[in-house]
Amino acid sequence: MSTRIASIASNTFREAVRDRVLYNLIAFALLMSGAAILVGQLSIGIERLVVINLGLTAISLFGVVIAIFIGIGLVSKEIEKRTLYTVLSRPVQRWEFIVGKFLGLAGTLVVNTFFMAVGVFAALYYVSRHFQMADGWLLVALYFIILQFLVITALALLFSAFSTPVESAVFAFLLFVIGSFAQDLRGFAAMAHGATRWLATGAAYLVPNFSSLNVISSVAHEQPVAGSLILSNTAYALLYTGMALCGAVLIFERRNLK
Amino acid sequence: MAAIEILGLAKTYHVGFWRKKENCALKPLHLSVEEGEVFGFLGPNGAGKTTTLKLLMGLVFPTTGSAHILGMKINDPTVKARIGFLPEQPYFYDYLTARELLEYYAELSGVAPKDRVRKVGEVLSRVGLPDAGNLQLRKFSKGMLQRVGIAQAILHDPKVLFLDEPMSGLDPVGRREVRDLMEELKQDGKTIFFSTHILSDAEALCDRVAIIHLGELRGVGAVADLTSSVEGKVELVWRGNALPASLTALVTECHISGDTVRALIPEHNQDAAMEALRRDRLPIISLTPVRTSLEEYFVDQLRPSQAAAGMKS
Repeated sequence: MSTRIASIASNTFREAVRDRVLYNLIAFALLMSGAAILVGQLSIGIERLVVINLGLTAISLFGVVIAIFIGIGLVSKEIEKRTLYTVLSRPVQRWEFIVGKFLGLAGTLVVNTFFMAVGVFAALYYVSRHFQMADGWLLVALYFIILQFLVITALALLFSAFSTPVESAVFAFLLFVIGSFAQDLRGFAAMAHGATRWLATGAAYLVPNFSSLNVISSVAHEQPVAGSLILSNTAYALLYTGMALCGAVLIFERRNLK
Repeated sequence: MAAIEILGLAKTYHVGFWRKKENCALKPLHLSVEEGEVFGFLGPNGAGKTTTLKLLMGLVFPTTGSAHILGMKINDPTVKARIGFLPEQPYFYDYLTARELLEYYAELSGVAPKDRVRKVGEVLSRVGLPDAGNLQLRKFSKGMLQRVGIAQAILHDPKVLFLDEPMSGLDPVGRREVRDLMEELKQDGKTIFFSTHILSDAEALCDRVAIIHLGELRGVGAVADLTSSVEGKVELVWRGNALPASLTALVTECHISGDTVRALIPEHNQDAAMEALRRDRLPIISLTPVRTSLEEYFVDQLRPSQAAAGMKS
């Protein structure tokens, strides 16, 4: 990786930290502590299930919100504030800028997820007083959540390369919601006929398949995750992320920075 | 070899919802700046100065034409390591300190890690901010940000500097300091291409200037050549208390004070005016040439009717 990409990535990470993005960790810690105490008192026998479901879903939603809201501003904010001019007038290629920005935000989200995951494990320990082997699958669920973040960050960057921040946020959120129901969309496509079938099938395969990256419910029920799913999800997310980033680079390479 | 060579660079934006309306920001521009030269790019707001600089920096893409800096095409990444750019009204990452920002730019410019800290310290001192390195940029005044802007432009010791309105936002002392710094950079052999609408700065600093208006080049040359190209005037002073009828057609401006008359006369009317005074037996006190200022030349070039006639290269 070039030094320039690493510099841009580390500066993006530093910006997120200094903009107090990681303050959401405090909110998350308070939410998890409160929830753990509450479910410990209310739910008998399913405390673990509730804590895992609540914790991992919150990690996913917090991360998606951060990925979209920072992701859409990664390029547009730099253009609007003209900070990009002093970067691109140096020996920095436009693709290096996009990749550096992506890696910086991805790094922020990984650190964010790590600390939130510590909170979930702490809450889990609080309610059950021990860990068990099946809790290891939580790490796979967390890994899939990070893959979701990579896809959504790349999509936010792609949209922000050609549209306004508000439009980018709307597009990215819509894709996240539709992608979370991608399996249902595929099911609907299979049942439809004629042009509707073709359109629904096309849309189902075009949107990111976030539903296959969501194994929160199964790991909460202590069900293992197949190795083949881990491999296929990894390949799918990396390919989708790569394509979205290539799209962002292609658009940004041709963009006039007025 | 020319440090900067612009060959018919032009930019037209397509605007409107369907992008069918054309907005010509820069008409084909031909310009050459020699190495070691301080070149002023003058024009009123919206003339096309910033568009030209953005084209040269690769921030916007030309509709037609090309440009070379130090003999290399402007989209060649190696040329970027040898140029410095100060955008108009620069804004930087305000969560960083001045030192962190300059270290970041030094990394991007390929400054060796062992030299970074030293170079950042040196450049901060050079722009008059030796004690502000550890202060976050959000706490900086406009003038201090302009100095940081200049610091980041010269940090990596570039051969060619592009400065967009470098004096903007500075108080008179700050402007003087930047002028002195530009003189120093010229002494160091740097080529400086700077845009400004402050003509006194251009007059004091530039070897040559170009005047641009409505995206069109109106004149290029050394300040002295440009100002002498405009027809000069003379101030004729004689003893009297009125403007004789024979002179009214020859004089452009006239002031009478006591028994002295001062009149501004175009150079080509000089002989006729003196002859008229002799005929009327009015004693001539003095005849002084009036130098045309760059400002007068500038205003003259902005008049649409003289656009074509004023071209000079």
